[in-house]
Amino acid sequence: MQTFALALLGSGGAGIVTVGQLLLTLAARRGLYGLMSKSYGPQIRGGEAAALLRFSDTPVRGAPDAFDMLLALDWNNAERFADEIPLTQDCVVVSDAAAGDPPAFAESARFSQLPMTTTVKEIEGGRPNMYALGWLARWLGSDLDAVDALLTEHFAAKGADAIAASIASAAAGFESADEGIPALSISAGNGKDRWLLSGNEATGFGALRGGVRFVAAYPITPASDLLEYLAPRLEAVGGQLLQAEDELASINAIIGASWGGVPSLTATSGPGLALMMEGMGLAVASETPLVVVNVQRGGPSTGIPTKSEQTDLNIALYGMHGDAPHLLLACSDIADATLTTQWAVHLAESLQTPALLLSDQFLAQTRAIIDRPASLDFITRRRTAEPKADEVYHRYAMTADGLSPMAIPGQPHGMYTADGLEHEVSGKPSSAASDHQQQLDKRQRKIRDFDYGDLAIRSEGEGRLAIVCWGSTYGACHEARLRLAEAGIDVRVLALRLLAPFPLKAVREALADVDKVLVLEQSHSAQFLHYLRSQLNGLEADHLACPGPLPVRASTIISRVTELGYGHV
Amino acid sequence: MSELPLRPKDYKSTVKPVWCPGCGHFAVLNALTKALAHLGKSKEEVAMVSGIGCSSRAPAYLDSYGFHGIHGRALPLATGLKLARPDLTVLVAGGDGDGFSIGGNHFLHACRRDVDLTYVVMDNEVYGMTKGQASPTTPPDWDRSKLTPHGSGLRVFNPAAIALASGAGFIARAFSGQPNEIARMVAAGIEHPGFAFIQVLSPCPTFCPEQTGWKKVVRAFEPQPTSDPQEASQRIHLDDGFSTGIIFQSDVQPRRQPSAGVGNVEAFAEEFAL
Ligand SMILES: Cc1ncc(C[n+]2csc(CCOP(=O)(O)OP(=O)(O)O)c2C)c(N)n1
Repeated sequence: MQTFALALLGSGGAGIVTVGQLLLTLAARRGLYGLMSKSYGPQIRGGEAAALLRFSDTPVRGAPDAFDMLLALDWNNAERFADEIPLTQDCVVVSDAAAGDPPAFAESARFSQLPMTTTVKEIEGGRPNMYALGWLARWLGSDLDAVDALLTEHFAAKGADAIAASIASAAAGFESADEGIPALSISAGNGKDRWLLSGNEATGFGALRGGVRFVAAYPITPASDLLEYLAPRLEAVGGQLLQAEDELASINAIIGASWGGVPSLTATSGPGLALMMEGMGLAVASETPLVVVNVQRGGPSTGIPTKSEQTDLNIALYGMHGDAPHLLLACSDIADATLTTQWAVHLAESLQTPALLLSDQFLAQTRAIIDRPASLDFITRRRTAEPKADEVYHRYAMTADGLSPMAIPGQPHGMYTADGLEHEVSGKPSSAASDHQQQLDKRQRKIRDFDYGDLAIRSEGEGRLAIVCWGSTYGACHEARLRLAEAGIDVRVLALRLLAPFPLKAVREALADVDKVLVLEQSHSAQFLHYLRSQLNGLEADHLACPGPLPVRASTIISRVTELGYGHV
Repeated sequence: MSELPLRPKDYKSTVKPVWCPGCGHFAVLNALTKALAHLGKSKEEVAMVSGIGCSSRAPAYLDSYGFHGIHGRALPLATGLKLARPDLTVLVAGGDGDGFSIGGNHFLHACRRDVDLTYVVMDNEVYGMTKGQASPTTPPDWDRSKLTPHGSGLRVFNPAAIALASGAGFIARAFSGQPNEIARMVAAGIEHPGFAFIQVLSPCPTFCPEQTGWKKVVRAFEPQPTSDPQEASQRIHLDDGFSTGIIFQSDVQPRRQPSAGVGNVEAFAEEFAL
């Protein structure tokens, strides 16, 4: 695979993130694959910002090992990105001539300056960031027409003057292209049938496709932009989003809406998930379908709100009090977020239980160029009752598969009271041992005996070493596998899409003929390893634990595989 | 064949209440059935949502749809239900602990949000279900709980004042000894187009036997409800908490929901296409 990593830096307001976004669009239109993640300083507005891009000839999902080029509009507070933006040995560093000397981490023999600020001063309303865009567009291999067209679209709302100023600034940058810096050389495809979107957008779209029409939520980073995606679109398709007063209200509001027959979802991050646990238990006990999307961030407590980690696995598995079987899913890349969210809605509705879906900040807020994912049809829906005048309706009736047809308020003859108290089949509260046993069995059975099919795991590659992961770290594992394969080393990658109930059979089969397992997770306390051990009778495995806030890089995995004696790279 | 109108007792389920003899909550339950019969509601169009507490057991005693949820969270659950299903008549029931302590934040925001719910709080100034601790409406010198042997010392929460300050459009107070009055207020609350809050003084003979004396002190407010918040505020603040009646009914219409869109989800896929 051919890849190139580019970091863009600038102070808040300089518009560097806009440059990154526009450049990614140009790359997509050129037929390249690529992605962009953003990084900000702690200030809400202003402060420093970085746009971290990768370009490739195949879909890329993870962070690069190191950056091949760094472009800075200025160097204000740039050192704070030193850990996050490792540079290659011969990294090309470019900055505005007005920016002064680069900080230590960005010193390079291949340093050059461009007269961004001085040039755009001559242009009415001109901006250095647009100059940088023009320069980068030429380096990327776009032509000026493509840049003009994009800027005309992008600044449409700002009017003709703004468009003209940005086009003039970009043209100046385009013309100034530095002959000493080689153009990007990655073979482009035809770019057909591709999407450009963020993980949060992919999740939101999957939710809508799955039929979600009611969302209640309380804002929290990094889930808020998922809510922003959903609000207008829900309204457009006859649904609604309620901004609740807190997460306790959010979870209970979606229980109410779902009980009323409307597929419902909430989205949050760690602190909010902790507040929702009692409500999720109510959904388990009352057998109310719902989806909770938890976009993980660094924890515990307020932790590192803007950075990724896979450390909500334990609370997601074990956070509820009592015996509370529920569904736990994880999406592993942006395309997968649409599919897995749609699947989560389908499973929650079919199994009348909460489905908790784990995403994470890296996946959610990265924008990527992907192959258009196939649309899957999930036909089964909530099993509803048809209560009759001459029959007694039992909401929690015993059935072979543990699923009891659900009457929806408004249906004649189906009246019952849903209850979080343990109950008998009618729903009437009961603390009898036999009722508890029966209902515990039923709630467990419906989830345990369901056929989750091929979607439960994602498995690829051959070889005697299997890297087992979940969530967005799949991206780094997948890339490590491709790069190892190029060096003649075969490994397989197994990512769990369904975490609970644990897909024991599928995992056993996928690991049947491997002789070494490497478990990878972005956690300090080995939450995933402990879970795998509990499910796989001990499991002998090597373990790579990388807590946040830095992303897991393919090179880290490749080194470990090499250390384990699986060839050299 | 036209069906006979339902009588109050037709709205009762066969589940036997857990309440103690003499508990005020019985009268509230009866009043609810009267209000539903008076309005001619069908059983299936009614859904009653509650939290946890003695009072919160009410939904199972009605033969309508019900949701007995978790402590303090009845209002948000009911809000979600009503927003998703505006065709239903959604009642919310609970106690003073459920509504004003653990659920206090939701109470404020339900008043502000003005979703068309009818919220009946059976206020016995005590946590009945957990056997007699001080609640937000307990007098500060009430010293009969082992947790607060010198009294809570806390100022009493004034639900009507809080409701008014939070923007509730319908505020009433009733007494369990006057079930017809409760029924009248519940019916008026159901017909009110937004959030309606009805505080029912409902004695707990088990943990607060002194409350049996309430029947001697309750009296009616001036009969006419006011639509002037200033006037309502005066009434509430000059009162000792034992005057009953519809205190305030706003004539401001709740905000309408935008009409439901009819778009197709697959169209959103094109937003991602290049
Ligand atoms: C989260 C949580 N905390 C505490 C309790 C215990 N609890 C159950 S009912 C209740 C108080 C009920 O008092 P109130 O709402 O005034 O109703 P009453 O029983 O007096 O009718 C408490 C504290 C609980 N069920 N859940």
